[in-house]
Amino acid sequence: MSPGEGSLVVVKRADSGTPAQQAPVRVPLRPARLRPVWLVVGLAAAFGALVVGVSVGPVTLPLSGVARELAGLIPGVDLDSGLTERQQALLLELRLPRAVLGLLVGGLLALAGACYQGVFRNPLADPHLLGVAAGAGLGVTAVITLRRSGGGDATGALPFGTPLAAFVGAIAAVAMTYALASSRGGDRTPSTLILSGVAVSAFLAAGQTFLMQRDADAIREVYSWLLGRLGTAGWRDVLLVLPYAVVTAVVVLLHRRDLDVLSVGDAEASALGLDPQRTRYLLTAAASLGTAAAVSVSGLIGFVGIIVPHTVRLLAGVGYRTILPVSALVGGAFLVLADLVARTAAAPAEVPIGVVTAFLGAPFFVLVLRTSTVARS
Amino acid sequence: MTAAADPVIETRDLRVELGGNRIIDGVDLAVHAGEWVTIIGPNGAGKSTLLGAVTGLVPATGEAYLLGREARRIRHRERARLVASVAQSPVVPPGVTVLDYVLLGRTAYIPRFGRESAADLDVVHEVLVGLELYGFAGRVLTTLSGGELQRVFLARALAQQARLLLLDEPTSALDIGHQQEVLDLVDALRRDHELTVLTTMHDLSITGAYADRVVLLAGGRVVADGTPREVITEAALATHYQARVRVIDTGDGPLVVPVRAR
Repeated sequence: MSPGEGSLVVVKRADSGTPAQQAPVRVPLRPARLRPVWLVVGLAAAFGALVVGVSVGPVTLPLSGVARELAGLIPGVDLDSGLTERQQALLLELRLPRAVLGLLVGGLLALAGACYQGVFRNPLADPHLLGVAAGAGLGVTAVITLRRSGGGDATGALPFGTPLAAFVGAIAAVAMTYALASSRGGDRTPSTLILSGVAVSAFLAAGQTFLMQRDADAIREVYSWLLGRLGTAGWRDVLLVLPYAVVTAVVVLLHRRDLDVLSVGDAEASALGLDPQRTRYLLTAAASLGTAAAVSVSGLIGFVGIIVPHTVRLLAGVGYRTILPVSALVGGAFLVLADLVARTAAAPAEVPIGVVTAFLGAPFFVLVLRTSTVARS
Repeated sequence: MTAAADPVIETRDLRVELGGNRIIDGVDLAVHAGEWVTIIGPNGAGKSTLLGAVTGLVPATGEAYLLGREARRIRHRERARLVASVAQSPVVPPGVTVLDYVLLGRTAYIPRFGRESAADLDVVHEVLVGLELYGFAGRVLTTLSGGELQRVFLARALAQQARLLLLDEPTSALDIGHQQEVLDLVDALRRDHELTVLTTMHDLSITGAYADRVVLLAGGRVVADGTPREVITEAALATHYQARVRVIDTGDGPLVVPVRAR
C-alpha cells in the first residue's frame, strides 16, 4: 500500500481506497478554461447572425453575396461579392451599422448580466432587475429634457454626454440597490437583492415620468427610445458606444478568474487571496458602464443579461472564463436576431425590440427562478 | 526576515467588536510552529471570530502577528500564502468540479489576469493524490458525500501551500468514523509538511485525542490554556458550559461523558 506521491502521506481508512482512486498513471488534469470550440461557436453565431440580420428586410439581399461582402471588409481579404452598387449602399450604410450596433448592445447587456450574476452571486441579477437600466434611463431622460428646455436641438451637441449621464444614473441605481439589500443585515438572499432592484427601478421610473410630464414634447421621443430600439443613425451610434464597450469588455474579461474565486463567497475569497470588495466595486462599475452605454443608444432592452449567460452556462460550463466571452458573442448574435424579428414580425411596422426580448425573456426568467429555488431547497 | 523563534501566531490584548457587541475581549494567544492547538468553548464564545481575527481578516484592535509580522498589514495575496483555512460550512458553488475547486487554492500564486501554470497543476495533482481524491478530479462537488467534501475542502487549503492551517469545526458535519479519518489526515499532513494547526472544535473527547494544547474560550476571553488533561475538567465544563459531565482520564486523553440530572 504505497500510492503516496511526492512528500504527501496517504492516510487510509481500512474500507476506503479502491485501486481506481489511487491513480497509478497520471492523466492530464483539465481545468475549466475557455475551450476553443466554444469560442468558435460564439464567433460563428455572431457572424452568422450578422449575415442573416443584414440580408433580410424589405429588400432581401443574397446571403452568399452578403457573406462575401462582409468577409471582404476584413483587412487583407479581397473578395468580389457580386452585389450591385445599390445593394452595397443599402448593406453598408443602413443595415450593417444597425446590425453591428445590435452586436455591441447585445454583447454588452449579456456580459453585464453575467458579470452582475458573478459579482452578486445571484442567478437572477440582470441590468434591468438591479435597477441599473432604470437609472441609466433616468439619466438619458434628464439629458433629453434638459436639452429641450435649453432650446437646443435634441439630437445636437454633446453626443457623448448621453452615455455619461446614463452611467451616472446607472451607478447611482446599483449603489442604491446594493445598499438597500445589504441594510437588512447578513441574510442577503437572491430575492432580497432583486426586490431592492424592483423598488429602486420603480422609484427611478417615477422620477423619469415626472421629468417627461413636465415636457410634453419630450414624451414621444423618450417613449420611443424607452421601449428599446436599435438606432437608425447609421455609424454614429456605433462610434458612440464603441469606446465604452471596449473599456467594459477589457475590464470584465481581465477579471474573469476573479469571478470564479468570488463564487465561494467573500470570506473564503479573501482567505484565498482576493480583495472581494475591491473586485466587486470595480466589476460593478465596469458592468454598469457597459449597461449605460447600451441603454443610451438603444433604450431599455430587457432580459438579454438573463437569457444569454444562463444558456451559455448550461451548454458550455460554469466557469466565468467560458461564460463571459461566449456570452458576449452569443448576446450580440441574440440581439441581432431579435432585431430581425422586431423588423419583420409586423412588417411594415416595427415592433420595439424590447418587446421581443421580453416575450422570450419573461418565461425564461420564471424558469431560472424555479431552478434556482429548487437548487436552494 | 522572520526569526526562527517567532511564534506562528501571537496576539496581545486582541479585541473584536461586531455591531456593538464585544465578541473577543482581550485575548493573548501564542501558537508555535508545529503545534496543534484547539480552541474550545460554548456556543457564542467567539471561537470562529477569533480564528478570523488572528489572521487579520476580521477587523480587530490590539495586536496580532503572523510569523512575526503585523497581521492586518499583510496583503490578501501574501496572507493566503501564509495561512490556509477551511470555513465551518464552506460554500459549495454549484456545477464546479473538484479540480477547479481545488485550483482556487492557487489563487495567491496565479498572476493577476493570468491563468494557472503547469506548476500550479502539479501542486494540485500532488494534493489530490495525497488525499485520495485523484479519481474525483472531474466530479462535480454537489455529487460528493459529506466525508468526501471535507477532504476536498482540505485539499483546497493544502493547495495554498501555507504553513498555518486554520480549521473551523472541521468535523461538525461528519459521522465518528469520518471525523477520525479527517483528523488523522490533518495530523499526518501536519507532520509531513511541518504545518501548524489551529482549529475550533465542539466535540471535547475527540479534541482531547488530537490536540497538543487546548484553549478554552468563554465570553470572548481565554479562561484556560494547557494540555487537554489540564483544560478539559469537570469543574471547567460545569462553569463555562453549564454542563453536567464526568471526565474520565484514558491513556489517549480525557473522555467526556454527559450525565443526566437526577
